[in-house]
Amino acid sequence: MAYLTDRKRAAGMGSAKSGTDHHWKMMVTSVALVPLVIAFIFTFGAVLGQPYEAVVAYYQRPMPAIIAGLTIFVSFYHFRGGVQTMIEDYVKGFARKAAIIGMICLSYFAAAAGVFAVVRLAL
Amino acid sequence: MRNNGAKVPGQPARYDAKKGTEMADVNRGNRPLSPHVTIYRPQLTSVTSIFTRITGNALIVAALMIVWWFVAAATGPEAFATANGFVTSWFGDLVMFLSVWAVWYHMLFGIRHLIWDSGHMLDVPRSETFAQAAIIASVLLTIFTAIVV
Repeated sequence: MAYLTDRKRAAGMGSAKSGTDHHWKMMVTSVALVPLVIAFIFTFGAVLGQPYEAVVAYYQRPMPAIIAGLTIFVSFYHFRGGVQTMIEDYVKGFARKAAIIGMICLSYFAAAAGVFAVVRLAL
Repeated sequence: MRNNGAKVPGQPARYDAKKGTEMADVNRGNRPLSPHVTIYRPQLTSVTSIFTRITGNALIVAALMIVWWFVAAATGPEAFATANGFVTSWFGDLVMFLSVWAVWYHMLFGIRHLIWDSGHMLDVPRSETFAQAAIIASVLLTIFTAIVV
């Protein structure tokens, strides 16, 4: 049996003090994604299914490339925050830590790969 | 916050002072919890809320397919043919169609969160009206996108 008082048990177990920052980043990215995703749906949708040469030529134009690069980066940043919240809600212990680290790494890897590909297509 | 085993009207005593447990609360984690999803009647506000989370996280599938498509296009014609063939296959089409709905839905209900965060529309009737309108709008926008794109 533990002789811990309620006061002692609570000490140091408070919030990580980063919740407001997390929420603010989700708000900023969600607002940014509203016009970005709409623009991406109709630019990416226009070339999806077209031949290779047409796709390369399309993404050498500035606006489609900027929209694609920004949408990929911001949406993976937004996903990174959202999936972390979901993992924190449903996964416990070591698996929680492992899942959060794994999903953050996946998010930044996919964002980097996507932005690199768009830049290479555009230049 | 000592209870000392005193019975609160309508609630069972949570502590037994005779057992000496009021200091190291051994009953921790075994207290009555608020009604949880398994016994709580589904409501439009709660169902649309969980679907916001499901759609947002499920969009990772389409997002990774799109990144693969861009990397393949930047790599060369052979790689592009493989990725483009997958993305435009019947399976890829199905994922993309469902993801178009998911992205519209997630966007509309994300806007609902932004409205709530600003302190507006916090009553149940208007939240439910918005939910009904947003469900219909997400379907209409999906059909519109499928026709235009």
